[in-house]
Amino acid sequence: MSYLPYAVAGWIFLVGLYGIVTSRNLIHLIVCVSVVQSSTYVLLLTIGYKEHGTAPIFKDLPLAESQRAVDPVVQALTLTDIVVGVTVLALLLALALDAHRATGTLDPDELRALKG
Amino acid sequence: MSARARLALFAAGAVGLAALLAWGFSGLADFGHYPGPYGDVLNRVAVRQRHVTSVVAATVFDYRGFDTLGEEFILFASAAGVALLLREARERDAVLRDPVADRTVRAVGLLLVGPAVLLGLYVVAFGYLSPGGGFQGGVLLAAGLVLVWAAGSYRAYSRVSPMTVVDLAEGLAAAAFPALGLALLASGGAFLENVLPLGTRGSLLSGGTIPLLNWTAAITVTAAVTLIVAEFLEELAVPLRRPTR
Repeated sequence: MSYLPYAVAGWIFLVGLYGIVTSRNLIHLIVCVSVVQSSTYVLLLTIGYKEHGTAPIFKDLPLAESQRAVDPVVQALTLTDIVVGVTVLALLLALALDAHRATGTLDPDELRALKG
Repeated sequence: MSARARLALFAAGAVGLAALLAWGFSGLADFGHYPGPYGDVLNRVAVRQRHVTSVVAATVFDYRGFDTLGEEFILFASAAGVALLLREARERDAVLRDPVADRTVRAVGLLLVGPAVLLGLYVVAFGYLSPGGGFQGGVLLAAGLVLVWAAGSYRAYSRVSPMTVVDLAEGLAAAAFPALGLALLASGGAFLENVLPLGTRGSLLSGGTIPLLNWTAAITVTAAVTLIVAEFLEELAVPLRRPTR
């Protein structure tokens, strides 16, 4: 049971990957990429969590209780990850728009340059 | 490759990857039993060393400030990439249409602009004392500007976020982060070393370089998100060119 959050992270990753592989639309594919990315949030926060832990904010928490707080490093990574993820998502959507403008289609199978 | 062959290949790969992940995860600590010690050390020393009460902010803008510099550059590069891709392909002097006409949307949007911007400023300003910070507050500030579009019109939006100002803010704020690091280096410290006066614990005047980097990140993020939204809104406003093929 204590490995469930790790399993959730792995599941989100694989589900997103399945979406990428079977996608017939670039917009859908890009959403799948961000699903894959969100598995990293779950994984990071899972690693840093402590049982009955609190947020590493000591505005109201006495310093003596600092060992109850969860890992701040993975939280810092997750928060920058989210913001950077959004902008990279925007970049991918701009690429999709460009591809649509150039070829008139959003189906990755129809894009000749992407055909594998 | 046919769809079925691709799916079969994926299934084989996915099973292998799942097995690999399961093997890797089983070597990690149980959920809730953080192995440490990095986070524990930071939790113990950060408030005493930096006088800020949010250890997450102290990590982002001080202890791991160098990583944040990298993140800022990713942010900057993708925002610049969006602008480059969309501006280049767009037709000039096309007709702007404003897609928002619903009165309820306008009223609610208008009502929310002030609170959203205020909340954004609050989240940025107190980011190193309570939960928040430049990254989260920056997104909120940009969201406040988007509400101007929802409440008013694209023209109103482009008036509150003139592109030359946004571009300039984006570039300057992104440059300010390494510039501050280099200034600290030049003054005899290490790159991004926190040598400024630390102030009173738990007050807005605390943390040395943390508030400076916090506001730098806030401006970078606000400008980046505003830029991206503006570029996509302009796609909405300008009729797309006919497919060339």
